Amino acid sequence: MSTINRTDLLPNIVPKPNDFLIISGLAGASKDTAGLTDDGSNLFTMAGAMGSTVAMGLGVALAAPKQAVLSVSGDGELMMGIGSLATVASMMPVNYTIICIDNGMHAETGGQLGHTSRRTNLAVMADGAGIPSILEIDSPNQFLEATSFITDAPGPRFLWARVNTDPPTAYKRDFNLAVRRQIFRTAFLEDKKID
Amino acid sequence: MRAPDRKVWSKLVFDKLVDADVSLFSYVPDFGNTDIIKMADEHNETQTVLLTSEEEGIAICAGADLVGQRSVVCMQSSGVGNCPNYLSLVKGGRFPILMIVTMRGDYGEENHWQYPMGQAVAPILEAMGVLVIQVDREDELEHATEAAISAAYTGGQGVALVLSQKFLGAKAF
Repeated sequence: MSTINRTDLLPNIVPKPNDFLIISGLAGASKDTAGLTDDGSNLFTMAGAMGSTVAMGLGVALAAPKQAVLSVSGDGELMMGIGSLATVASMMPVNYTIICIDNGMHAETGGQLGHTSRRTNLAVMADGAGIPSILEIDSPNQFLEATSFITDAPGPRFLWARVNTDPPTAYKRDFNLAVRRQIFRTAFLEDKKID
Repeated sequence: MRAPDRKVWSKLVFDKLVDADVSLFSYVPDFGNTDIIKMADEHNETQTVLLTSEEEGIAICAGADLVGQRSVVCMQSSGVGNCPNYLSLVKGGRFPILMIVTMRGDYGEENHWQYPMGQAVAPILEAMGVLVIQVDREDELEHATEAAISAAYTGGQGVALVLSQKFLGAKAF
């Protein structure tokens, strides 16, 4: 059983969220990232298109190879788009890190148990897909290791963060994806102009 | 009717995409997109992404757009059936997405299995807010490609350039 309280996870292992472009998947994962960045302009959160987070992060990572890119999804969403791990591995974007926040259940729809609470091992699946760096954590004692893994391990990286079943960060984010697309794009492209 | 030379029309489409600064070509392999992908593999300024399933390409286009890059996704018509939920990004987020769909299950098809999805391509795309630009004849291709590029990258639409079997020729069994 994991001893990580999920609301502690991201603030500890991503101490400098502004160093990343972040794509996060529906439900708890996006509440956690929105809490982390105060729904920042370097974050695009989803509340639909379940399964698409890893692929969307890959698109960002390939199109902006000099930026560190992070995708954050829950275990339910990751399983729905699990083939994307192979797509990522085939491209080998060194600037890309995938974090799966795994509470072992579909919390958003009532806490129904997911595959990782049964027999599925995401580290083995990521390894089988060909992801070169993989780390599994289930204790706060591993936060430091996870922090350096995200920035220093050879990319692409897959962090399997098993957390307890507490609720995600209480944060009400902006669901208007057309507006959020504009905010993200404008911030990124303006930022690039300064460089 | 003679089918047009795939290498020739693929080069026309590819060159127009490169001229429009498309840098990322994601795909699930199909006979119809073979040459476009080969050209994208060999070109210095373009990159190809082999997908596990077509919907990933929709998300990749959206991700590339977030950082100001242009991307297309190439698929056989059967793959359109894998895309609708991810196309929420088009209808809800106004991500400009360009799909190049090579048809099965329409004009002259001999495989029973291809008809259900082939015939559902246009209704599915329309239901998800994707503009369909269909090519039936060789002389339509150039303008259709230009129209699709303009609609996506200037007009901000989700667009599918649909190459029908009337244009491609039907697969023989």
